[in-house]
Amino acid sequence: MTAAAKITPAFDVEKARADFPILSRQVYGKPLVYLDSGASAQKPRQVLDAMTRFAETDYANVHRGVHYLSAAATDAYEAARRTVQKFLHAAREDEIVFTKGGTEAINLVSYGFLAPRIQPGDEIVLSVMEHHSNIVPWHFLRERHGAVLKWVDVRDDGSLDIEAVDAAIGSKTKLVAITHMSNVLGTVTPLQQIVARAHAKGVPVLADGCQGAVHEIIDVQALDIDFYALTGHKIYGPTGIGALYAKRVHLKAMRPFNGGGEMIREVSKDIVTYAEPPARFEAGTPPIIESVGLAAAMDYLMALDRAAVKAHEHDLLTYTRERLRDFNWLRVIGDAPGKGAIISFEAEGMHAHDLATILDREGVAVRAGHHCAQPLMERFGVASTSRASFGLYNTRADVDALVASLAKAREILG
Amino acid sequence: MDQSLRELYQEVILDHSRHPRHFGALDNATHKADGHNPLCGDRITIMLALDADGRVADIKFQGKGCAISQASASMMTEMLAGRTQAEAQKLMDGFLHLVKGEDAPGLSPDDREYLDVMSGLSEFPMRVKCATLAWHTFKNAVEEGKNTVDEGATGGSAA
Repeated sequence: MTAAAKITPAFDVEKARADFPILSRQVYGKPLVYLDSGASAQKPRQVLDAMTRFAETDYANVHRGVHYLSAAATDAYEAARRTVQKFLHAAREDEIVFTKGGTEAINLVSYGFLAPRIQPGDEIVLSVMEHHSNIVPWHFLRERHGAVLKWVDVRDDGSLDIEAVDAAIGSKTKLVAITHMSNVLGTVTPLQQIVARAHAKGVPVLADGCQGAVHEIIDVQALDIDFYALTGHKIYGPTGIGALYAKRVHLKAMRPFNGGGEMIREVSKDIVTYAEPPARFEAGTPPIIESVGLAAAMDYLMALDRAAVKAHEHDLLTYTRERLRDFNWLRVIGDAPGKGAIISFEAEGMHAHDLATILDREGVAVRAGHHCAQPLMERFGVASTSRASFGLYNTRADVDALVASLAKAREILG
Repeated sequence: MDQSLRELYQEVILDHSRHPRHFGALDNATHKADGHNPLCGDRITIMLALDADGRVADIKFQGKGCAISQASASMMTEMLAGRTQAEAQKLMDGFLHLVKGEDAPGLSPDDREYLDVMSGLSEFPMRVKCATLAWHTFKNAVEEGKNTVDEGATGGSAA
């Protein structure tokens, strides 16, 4: 190495910020400080351009026509599936089902996999920190099939005790449905251990990866996980698309969810036979342009040094904790070791909505409310929290703006 | 500091939210309803007693919520005491116009002046439902057969 060798940072946040057009806008005459990526992330130009380019040059319906554009669109759609496969390190591309989002991916498992095999009294194990999208589909099975929901508590710091998960898995357990990363606490769950414990008892595992896929590097084969659900819009891609990874053996055994075009082999007046997975689960015209956008978002992430991105996000989290330490009127909820870049807090004498309104006028976008995680709110004895969730494009200056706006809120409401 | 914020969180509002009037249970309530804002989890219970003439003889509320919802409920109970149902309805209509930044011709000058602190809400459309929850819950309380308000029931929330 020569003395002139220049050390370039593994992740250049300013360069990344330039990829996101919306970050240069102002709100209320102030620079936008977007700390709500956990609800939905902003989109880089690469994603927007890929979708526009595809729509302008190669768009048609997929799997239908024999014409040139239909073939081009089908190629793009199937190439997007291979990108998701690569992103998740899945063994086969036909283990990837496109859905309209994470919610539909989980509902697909509920309807297609679990509903046909669940008996009254059978149990589904889930944690108290699940998002409603990983609760309500299981409530459906409770209401309609007599399934029993077994809740695993979290520790006071928001971490999950693997022994508690293990203890909840019994002879009647038919599925463990667990988040990979809590959208409120930022807790990252020990998926590998959970899968190992569940499999030792013959129980499959579904991970809600809507947050996890954004911040963690996923290898579904190494995890040996049965189902992994993700959504496009949180991962810097478009809305209207998500994906379910499912082991081939499960997909083959699953009944279809939606009925319609694309998903059949043959339809007559008397009978219908279904296409092989994944087409069996993709009834109707799929989100074609969005699939191209999702692939572009995953390509964007995979081109970055993801470990460096994670380190950057972790730095933001640490810095936020440091800066908030002086605010003794603020209680942070969730402090699990190894947590992701999400910080939820409650401010003494200030309702989350009032706080968020004041922050908003300072250009700081945070989420206030129950975050679609009411059992977790109940667990921590709060009606709602404020939440700052970071994306790869956030900076320490964003944290400074958050802290300054919190001080202002305290001045007005405190 | 943003002027509209100052208007929204002015001293009168903060005082009502910190020291809500008519807060607590009403033992002799003739009408009662619960209100819920699923967007933020806020809950409110309105209890009232109507006298023989159909006037609000007594009214109280309980619940937890943001400064706007608490202040609005507190101010509402202050205003409604002694009013007939028709007068209450007129007040409510006026209030709903006011918080949306519209003219409220049905309000008397005194009522208009009292409610003026709430007019700053028109700059915060996302927060209007916080202020209207108490009023809608009151309406349901006096209309028999309806006892739950889901304010913003069509609103979902991401992540």
